[in-house]
Amino acid sequence: MASITKSDVEYVARLAQLTLSEEAKDRLVGEMSEILSYMDQLNALDTTGIEPTMHVLEMVNVYRDDVVEPSLTREEALANAPKTDGEYFIVPRILEME
Amino acid sequence: MGRDWYRLTAHELRDALRAGETTSREITESFLARIDAVDEKVKAYTDVWREHALTKADDADAALKRGEDRGPLAGVPMAIKDVICTTQGTTTCCSQILKDYRSPFDATVMKRLFSAGAVPLGKVNMDEFAMGSSTENSSVQVTRNPWNLKCVPGGSSGGSAAAVAADECAYSLGSDTGGSIRQPAALCGCLGMKPTYGRVSRFGLVAFASSLDQIGPFSKDAEDMALVLNAICGHDRHDSTSAAIAVPDFTKALRDDVTGLRVGLPKEFFTDALNAEMREKIEAAVKVLESRGAKIVEVSLPHSKYAIAVYYIICTAEASANLARFDGVRYGYRSPQAANTHDLYHLSKTDGFGPEVKRRIMLGTYVLSSGYYDAYYLKAQKVRTLIRRDYQQAFEQCDVIAGPTSPTAAFEVGAKTDDPLEMYLSDIYTISLNLAGMPGMSVPCGLTDAKLPAGLQLLGKPFDEETLLRTAYTYEKHRGFEMGAAPVA
Repeated sequence: MASITKSDVEYVARLAQLTLSEEAKDRLVGEMSEILSYMDQLNALDTTGIEPTMHVLEMVNVYRDDVVEPSLTREEALANAPKTDGEYFIVPRILEME
Repeated sequence: MGRDWYRLTAHELRDALRAGETTSREITESFLARIDAVDEKVKAYTDVWREHALTKADDADAALKRGEDRGPLAGVPMAIKDVICTTQGTTTCCSQILKDYRSPFDATVMKRLFSAGAVPLGKVNMDEFAMGSSTENSSVQVTRNPWNLKCVPGGSSGGSAAAVAADECAYSLGSDTGGSIRQPAALCGCLGMKPTYGRVSRFGLVAFASSLDQIGPFSKDAEDMALVLNAICGHDRHDSTSAAIAVPDFTKALRDDVTGLRVGLPKEFFTDALNAEMREKIEAAVKVLESRGAKIVEVSLPHSKYAIAVYYIICTAEASANLARFDGVRYGYRSPQAANTHDLYHLSKTDGFGPEVKRRIMLGTYVLSSGYYDAYYLKAQKVRTLIRRDYQQAFEQCDVIAGPTSPTAAFEVGAKTDDPLEMYLSDIYTISLNLAGMPGMSVPCGLTDAKLPAGLQLLGKPFDEETLLRTAYTYEKHRGFEMGAAPVA
């Protein structure tokens, strides 16, 4: 049985950029343990020498000519931004000031 | 007015339009009145485009008057799952994180339907980011099953299925990552098809699990299914995973003939996990095909019992990667409390995503994380190869596979919401198909004693949607009963 601890949940939440409440963490400890234990049944299968399927279509890289084509205007690209000055996306300060 | 145009199929509406019996405006008004009458109970639509639909209807009427042939879907009203980008209205995936998002472009499927004269009635409900099997994970509303309003419509494309079943549109589009078209189609008593991976462009489909997602139609009969497929299938240079394979005229596959067709029944699909009444319905449907000359053969998909584990590893892994883009910078929700970039990402995601989406991001992040990648993700991709091989071997003995779409009929709202694993297990018959990339459809095969629809699932070889259509068409002609209209009560 996969056992997920609270510190596992906190570690994964950090990787996923989520800030979970204590209650949400406790619930996820149980749910993730149960779901991952279910997934552990795959360990019963011998997959030695089996190639993984990353993609079902027999496809190689798809290229097009390197030619500039019409794309979104700046106005369209910024239209959904939570904050913009009309030219850039505005985000909170990244570097702390000395 | 006078006639209840909303009751008709797309091809019946096409015939009425071409015969000059009605106009697209009159038909569209009939559907809008139907939405007004029943959607308060069904809650399929999250946004109704009343004015826009009537404008499009007038366009279709004008084109018809000019003698311009835009094809059979011209002037016929339809509905769109809110995971498909449209310049009209918002595209929210029924998530708070995209609540106000307005797409700057139309998805390729919508461009194709618009050039075919489609009349869009609006956007319909879904599980947030298409993650769910009951549409209860929508952050907007809970859609009800038109056959019994106490029950769920299935999911994740529950709004698309319920809208067709309640006659609130002639057909609709949904998306299917692990059964999200076929399962709600079965639970709502309509047809739903997941075409072959690569058959339909996904440009403008908000990504959930990129190696599995596919757009497909819901319809009231096999003929309409063929008409919609004709309009939406084909290679698209904007989607490099769309296949450069010729698209047939799917209406040519609508033949009342299954003589000699080999129908495979996977023994793993007919176990105790299948509800007895459901089994009876499926067996009766198979008998209809047999009576028309199909040959029934038993096949085996020995690795299908691993499909749910494989699926929920792969889909959560891909989802955690795809959903990382929602960072509150370029579009979507931004937490007003964020004073630095760390909080910007963390608070926006935490407040913007609902519980199931966060659960899947957590699972996906875990199975991809250092030390677990080989044990979970890589292992799952290897077992996926075994599942594909099972299908390849089964299709050496048969031309189409038949079985149940869902282990049970529709369940009541709230019945599975506290147990995510139990909800995942309701996808048992649909998800292996997505892992193998093949086409599949659900066809209504009767009502249970509780008057809830049952669905027959047909699975086909890659790029052989035609055999599915032929089988469904023949079954429809000879099943010996009509599904009738859903009571919406």
